Amino acid sequence: MITLNVNGQSRQIDADPEMPLLWALRDLLKLTGTKYGCGVAACGACTVHVDGQPVRSCVTPVSSVANAKIATIESLGVKGDHPVQRAWIELDVVQCGYCQSGQIMSAVALVESNANPTDADIDAAMDGNICRCGTYPRIRAAIKRAAEIKRNGGAA
Amino acid sequence: MSTNRRAFLIGIGVVAAGTTVGVVVAPRLLGHRKPPFDFKPNAFVRIGTDGSFTMTLGKAEMGQGIYTGMPMTLAEELDVNPQRLTIEFAPVDPAFNHPFLKMQFTGGSMSTISTYDQMRLMGATARTMLVSAAAARWKVPVESLATDDGTVVERNGGRRATYASLAEDAAKLPVPAKENVKLKDRGSFKYVGKPQKRLDNVVKVTGRAVFGSDVQPPEMLKAVIARAPSFGAKVKSFDATRARAVKGVVDVKQVPSGVAVIAENTWAALKGREALQVEWDESAGQNVSTASLRAEWRGLAAKPGTVGKDVGNVKNALANAARKIDVEYELPYLAHACMEPMNAAALVKDGRCTLWVGTQNQSQDLNLVAQALGIPPANVELHTQFLGGGFGRRASTHSDFTVEAAHVANGVGRPVHVVWTREDDMRGGFYRPYSISRVRAGLTADGKPLFYHQTVVGKPVLKQSPIGKPIIDKLGFDPSSFEGAANTLYGFQNLRVESHDTDEVVTNLWWRSVGNSIHGFVVNGVVDELATLAGQDGYAFRRELLATQPRALAVLDAAAKNAGWGQPLPAGRHHGIALHESFGSIVAEVAEVSVEGRNVRVHRVTCAIDCGFAINPDQVVAQVQSAVIYGLSAALAGEITIDKGRAVQGNFTDYPVLRMSEVPQIDVHIVESDGPLGGLGEPGTPPIAPAVCAAIHAATGQRIRRLPIAASLA
Repeated sequence: MITLNVNGQSRQIDADPEMPLLWALRDLLKLTGTKYGCGVAACGACTVHVDGQPVRSCVTPVSSVANAKIATIESLGVKGDHPVQRAWIELDVVQCGYCQSGQIMSAVALVESNANPTDADIDAAMDGNICRCGTYPRIRAAIKRAAEIKRNGGAA
Repeated sequence: MSTNRRAFLIGIGVVAAGTTVGVVVAPRLLGHRKPPFDFKPNAFVRIGTDGSFTMTLGKAEMGQGIYTGMPMTLAEELDVNPQRLTIEFAPVDPAFNHPFLKMQFTGGSMSTISTYDQMRLMGATARTMLVSAAAARWKVPVESLATDDGTVVERNGGRRATYASLAEDAAKLPVPAKENVKLKDRGSFKYVGKPQKRLDNVVKVTGRAVFGSDVQPPEMLKAVIARAPSFGAKVKSFDATRARAVKGVVDVKQVPSGVAVIAENTWAALKGREALQVEWDESAGQNVSTASLRAEWRGLAAKPGTVGKDVGNVKNALANAARKIDVEYELPYLAHACMEPMNAAALVKDGRCTLWVGTQNQSQDLNLVAQALGIPPANVELHTQFLGGGFGRRASTHSDFTVEAAHVANGVGRPVHVVWTREDDMRGGFYRPYSISRVRAGLTADGKPLFYHQTVVGKPVLKQSPIGKPIIDKLGFDPSSFEGAANTLYGFQNLRVESHDTDEVVTNLWWRSVGNSIHGFVVNGVVDELATLAGQDGYAFRRELLATQPRALAVLDAAAKNAGWGQPLPAGRHHGIALHESFGSIVAEVAEVSVEGRNVRVHRVTCAIDCGFAINPDQVVAQVQSAVIYGLSAALAGEITIDKGRAVQGNFTDYPVLRMSEVPQIDVHIVESDGPLGGLGEPGTPPIAPAVCAAIHAATGQRIRRLPIAASLA
């Protein structure tokens, strides 16, 4: 058995140590907000936080994160009231939505570490996240808006 | 059948949705319980005595925003704020059929076009009955009553009653005939025509939206399939001993598409597939490669083919042309590369089948599954889920991924979810057709456009689809070969389009905008070459070709003006322009591009669209931006090459798509007109490749006649 700390809860799973965290989250813990897109860390759909850093869960063996704090999209709550989610809603970012959990987890990590991200910062932080619907222009605008909401202490 | 209508029929491209297990619940109504009583005047809307409004959506949501657009239209006439609606995905039922395709289906950019009048009537019918119920209760004439966001009010400012309080009374009234239902004037619309927030925002930013990938019926197994490594390959034999020894593997079985490994979870299924030994007969595809097809098709393109359109006399025009070109255009196979790879879940038990799938093709999927299992369609139920992208791939002509899941699940007794890896998906075929065209075109002595003669070679899509046969039988040819060329808006007085239909083993399918993304490139490319030959710029030359098309001219002008066409640009930057009509909408795009060596950078794209009337203007902008980025990814580097029957590219590592740092600024200008409603999911895609290539020509003098651009500049 492997013990994982996911979204603040301790969870025991019976898994092959090599099983990627992605499949442990989705298949064993039924946390399906995190998505499979490529399996080779090329698209970012599976992005979660490990000790606050964005990582691609599709290439992260579950045994390597047994002692870490894992946070998935579900950790942001069900209402969409995190500043990044609020900005996403305000600007109607989503289309099909499949990549957005990963986009949002990458964006959350960016605005947590950078109060005022520039276009170059956004390019650097978000280039690993593919969106085939092409929501990029709105993601860029929403990250700036989310940073603004955060700077205002969460007030719009 | 008109050319336009034909274009609608053969396009497929945008999106779809599902219910019950893995039910999608609007976030604001989590915890919402079934009301004590529902007033249900038709299949689309229910008004609960608890104040709830529920809309049943027969279309699939794949990003295109129909989950918001159709509810807006219904809510407008019902007179309820659309944000108060809970949306549920419809079961497969004739009530949700496309009005003339007679099937439940989402694609061809026609969901709004084909349901707009219907949704208005459904909403207005309900409102009429609620007002009648209030009139009877208060013993006043209906003319003395009005409605306001879910409430019937007396015009004199007197009594008010919520729809919820009237629901039971309204349900006792007869449903009025269409003639007795008054629709609103467009001028009095409160919601339609104004930006409306997407109704799927909250579920999609919290990870709670249930895609096909996310369904969790109890006891479900996961499966992957060892798929044919090359097109047409057949299983000779397989040895499952090692696969079965993998912990978690439950079963290994042959199915029509390969050998399925069924396991307790996805990882175990993948490990099991790795351990599986399969011997394939690959003879069918051995001699098929992009290079061999190219050589063969170039020869075909030089020969007369089946005539799809013949206006004027191209033979005389060729003889009389003062200046002419004779050129070849080539476009590659393209994968759709939806973010969510294909997948479907099925439970086959006791002569019945339950399906959970994100599909654009609900009724066909259901019928083909029934056929595959040898059970009546009435014994199959299909729960549509959110689609992680569609782009036509989830409108499979053969319902391939859904039928496959039924085959795998058959005999298992538990639900089985067949998932495709990215490589399965990208190498699995159903590509945009490979296409080679020879085009001869020319000018009069005074530089006016004289003729256009195109011969296209490729495997058309429509004839592969069950919906295609009646259309092809009627016309005598497959119109999908010519889509976007035969019906070009450019006014060539002499125009002839011919085709050679091929039948290579590589499978193909509709890809966002279908033939339009192919021929929008060819036609605009040739028009640009003629402009250069005439000594004109691409904008002025197009104005001449569109002189009798006021809507197209307005769109072209809007794009040029907003882009600053003809004004000085920053050093090293160049403009290119293109225009194309598809799915009832006209789109013009101006690309601002710089080229350094083999690096092409698109800085800005200025778009103008006439879609008749914009239901949700902000989503019109979103769809055009989306279509531009999708088309730009393909134009710059998108290519599936075939080598000995195998698809070479397998993942985003060798099939690059646009990323954040490469995305241009994209401005979208809506040109309102009194034209009929046009589609939105696809029409933004065709103009981008030719606009960028025209700009590359302006920058370098090089004509790009073969896509992707990366292959031509290499």
